[in-house]
Amino acid sequence: MALISKPERHTDRDEKVSANKLHATQYIVVLVLAVLAAGMWRLQVLGVDNYRMLAEANRVRKQPVTAPRGKIFDREGRILVDNYPSVSCFLLREQVKDLNADIPMIARGLDLTVDQIQATLRRYASSPKYEQIPLKLDITPDEQAFIEAHRNELPELETFDDQRRLYPRDGFAAHLIGYVGELSAEDLNSAKFAFYEPGDVVGKSGVEETYDELLRGKDGSRDVIVDSHGKEVGQLGQQIAIPGKDLRLTIDLDVQRAAELAMEGHTGALVAMDPHTGEILAMVSRPTYDPNQFSVRLTRDYWSQIVNNPDHPMMNKTIQAQLAPGSTFKIIMSLAGLEEGVAQTMRVMCNGGATFYGHFFACDQHHGMVDIDHAIPWSCDTFYYTLANKLGIDTIARYATEVGLAQKTGVDLPDEATGTMPSTAWKLKTQHDKWYAGETISVGIGQGAVQVTPLQLARALGGIASGGVLKRPHVVFPGELPPEMASAIEETYPGSGDRVVPITPENWETITDAMAATLGPGGTAGAVHLEGIDFAGKTGTAELVSHSAGAKSLGTGNERANAWFVGMAPRRNPDIVVAVLCEHGGWGAEAAAPLAAQVIDAFVTKQRKKEGNLLRLTDAPKPAASPAANPNGVPTASVTPAARPGQANAPGGNRP
Amino acid sequence: MRRLSSFRDFDWMLLSLVSLMSIISVLEIKSATLHTKFRGFDHKQIGFLLAGMGLMFLMTQIDYHWLLDIAPWAYGIGLLSLVAVRLVGTKVLGARRWINLGGGVHFQPSEWVKLVLVLAMARFFWGLAGRELRWTDIAKAFALIGVPMGLVLIQPDLGTALTYFPILVAGLFLGGIRVRQVLVLLLGFFILIGGAWMSGKRLKPYQMARLTSFIDPGSDPRGAGYQILQSKIAVGAGGLWGKGTNQGTQTQGDFLPIPYTDFIFAAFCEEHGFVGGMGILLLYFLVLMRLIENAQQASDAPGTFIVMGVVAVLLFQIVVNIGMVVGLMPVTGIPLPLMSYGGSSILFTFLALGIVMNIRMRRFVN
Repeated sequence: MALISKPERHTDRDEKVSANKLHATQYIVVLVLAVLAAGMWRLQVLGVDNYRMLAEANRVRKQPVTAPRGKIFDREGRILVDNYPSVSCFLLREQVKDLNADIPMIARGLDLTVDQIQATLRRYASSPKYEQIPLKLDITPDEQAFIEAHRNELPELETFDDQRRLYPRDGFAAHLIGYVGELSAEDLNSAKFAFYEPGDVVGKSGVEETYDELLRGKDGSRDVIVDSHGKEVGQLGQQIAIPGKDLRLTIDLDVQRAAELAMEGHTGALVAMDPHTGEILAMVSRPTYDPNQFSVRLTRDYWSQIVNNPDHPMMNKTIQAQLAPGSTFKIIMSLAGLEEGVAQTMRVMCNGGATFYGHFFACDQHHGMVDIDHAIPWSCDTFYYTLANKLGIDTIARYATEVGLAQKTGVDLPDEATGTMPSTAWKLKTQHDKWYAGETISVGIGQGAVQVTPLQLARALGGIASGGVLKRPHVVFPGELPPEMASAIEETYPGSGDRVVPITPENWETITDAMAATLGPGGTAGAVHLEGIDFAGKTGTAELVSHSAGAKSLGTGNERANAWFVGMAPRRNPDIVVAVLCEHGGWGAEAAAPLAAQVIDAFVTKQRKKEGNLLRLTDAPKPAASPAANPNGVPTASVTPAARPGQANAPGGNRP
Repeated sequence: MRRLSSFRDFDWMLLSLVSLMSIISVLEIKSATLHTKFRGFDHKQIGFLLAGMGLMFLMTQIDYHWLLDIAPWAYGIGLLSLVAVRLVGTKVLGARRWINLGGGVHFQPSEWVKLVLVLAMARFFWGLAGRELRWTDIAKAFALIGVPMGLVLIQPDLGTALTYFPILVAGLFLGGIRVRQVLVLLLGFFILIGGAWMSGKRLKPYQMARLTSFIDPGSDPRGAGYQILQSKIAVGAGGLWGKGTNQGTQTQGDFLPIPYTDFIFAAFCEEHGFVGGMGILLLYFLVLMRLIENAQQASDAPGTFIVMGVVAVLLFQIVVNIGMVVGLMPVTGIPLPLMSYGGSSILFTFLALGIVMNIRMRRFVN
């Protein structure tokens, strides 16, 4: 090879390379460097704005900072709903080249299915690419470790610290408090959530829904500087998250606890209210559900367990169950009868029922001669059949409507039911038919088409016992709300509201004394006696199967009668009224009344521990007590003793 | 024959330019590694540079004619070291390029083979004694470069293998290749490329991917184009004046890949802008012009061939690297001479410059 042999003539001749070729190389160098300079010019001078923007987009990331929701307390400041810190996993779609290739790995690491991830992606398909998508909320430490360990392979995963709701366990006060959840696609399309964004967590039921605006606060954000692995290395600026406002409920935790215990194992509802103010002291619906399951990840099992439960665990039965009130309606009948001047002198012979318009209507006992004073405690159906027949459906409907039945009460909770009160106009409107007098008879004992909610019933009977003063029930003190919000709440949840129904004092005394007698010897709920407490009330047993004639029966199973009881203490101007519904519970006196008694006992015992309340609650009611002189000073101004037709000879007086 | 040399004739101008670039290189490496696990590489780079300069001075004391004398032996040893790398080399990122010499020193034979090829090519054309190139001469020149190139290509190290090619081009050009021969070579080249493209179209995707990963085993997990995009963003965001030392968000945030080696020019442009980048290009221009001047002043043809071989390698590396950084060329993994971090690259550059100075110092001899 030529290389190995040494060249021979290298000093002998001038072998210089031609200068032209070297000059040519100089031109080549200039040309090549000029091309590179042009490349730099293109990027650094012409493209500077674009590339500066891209550089900023690379390193600055807007991170949401969740505003902690306001806490929820009971009326004495004891905590009901708290927050706890949690970590959520978000997806940064800009950070990834081929997301579909990563999905199986992400699914494995985060314990999701590929379908779930794809569904999430579809949901956010229309939102801008730079926005992060919540992939999984409240992840476990293991899942967090997975994300940390795969920062290089899965740079699109990011974790955020978050605050989550911590609700009382075992569904305590679940229907009242409600729960929060992520906005669904359908929610976002509705006008109500026009100003919300995907992924926002909002109250979806109960107080959480009604007072969402107050509780939610305002989310902030941070402009975070990150490196290429998404690791935070600094912060440019921030918009501070404004925490939600705390909320004090009218609920008394002690009364609520008594109510929860009382309702344990039953199906139905219990609501306790202060009739002076409309403040709700306890609200229980059974069966219940665990709102903690809703706030983060609802398992399919739990969801199917809830939707397949025939007893509707998600339903707040205190305001959503619309059922026949049964004999509790006789208080409204008595009010109508007395105020119309019919009932005072009425005497009815009860031989286990009576025949009207060719039909026999049964009473469960042979009461003998019954007057208004005995009709309530004995709950004599024959008396009220007769009274209803005398009053007529429209008079009954007028009084029922006056005391707020078959209308929304205006309670500050979502989705309150209305109920039904039949009348000639109602029948014409709904069934395009005339009202037959025979239909009125069963309305007299709270059967037929009458449908009320437990809260309506508590408010009506509590209002009558308060001399006709009805308050709008509420679970949050309106005075503690910003004024514009308080009025907005009243507009959003319209109802019969605060109102005064004129009741003659004598009639008022008659009814309240008779309700007290219900719990006395010989009364339907005589067995449920609270020693030393002025306890009054009315039982109800609402049949679910109509019996055209013959003996009354409770029915069995799902056809078993609903047990009702509305109780209060003291009998006049009560400090507490409790409505209890036990679905398919049978006799109101046996199933429902003891539960109300437990709650009232707990309430009174608590009040007695506070000085000054002891006397009033144990005080036997004075027969001559007038609403104007009631110890609480609750205004009952419109009770006019004068000038009502047929208002004589009221067999008033006190039944011990 | 003993030749005279004197430091009066030493190329102080070239030394000044190279020293200035070395200082800039150290400062940029310091900035680019400040927040990374490679922090302190600037100190190692100073060590490499000092060692390189020492070797450079040593090189000036050895008559380049002696180097030409031993070139055939060096060529043989060079081939052996490339084969050795196949056998005992350390595998990094899927490629065998380094021989572990112990004590944390890794030697990259392909870099110093570059120098050997410059000498061998000079000697080859010297041997032809300026006569017209025959096809057999051209074939021999191709073989001379082609064999080591093939060995480097299968390491695989496409970038370094490509840097051997300009040595051949420079040799053929200065050795007097005729236009007709160039046209024939180009025709053959296009037919080859065309054939490769036609057969490439028939490749299945996985075969193509295999081929790609063979050529570029360290290809970025985030996909092709990511590195180039980040580099373009870095350069472009620098604007006219740059963001200032240590202020480049692309560089400091680790968005720019390997900002202390292959992408050091992008880091520099982000922090010192178009003006700073043009300054670097100007320095390269001066260095290359000075080298070509030295080539013109060389006392004999092999001296010119050696200097122009060095010019060809340096110019090629500058074009391919900066071309890549500004998005005009694909990623090939060729370091930027005098700027990028790395011992082997620096040693090659300074040894080459040492020989160039050697040639200059002996320009009046003969």
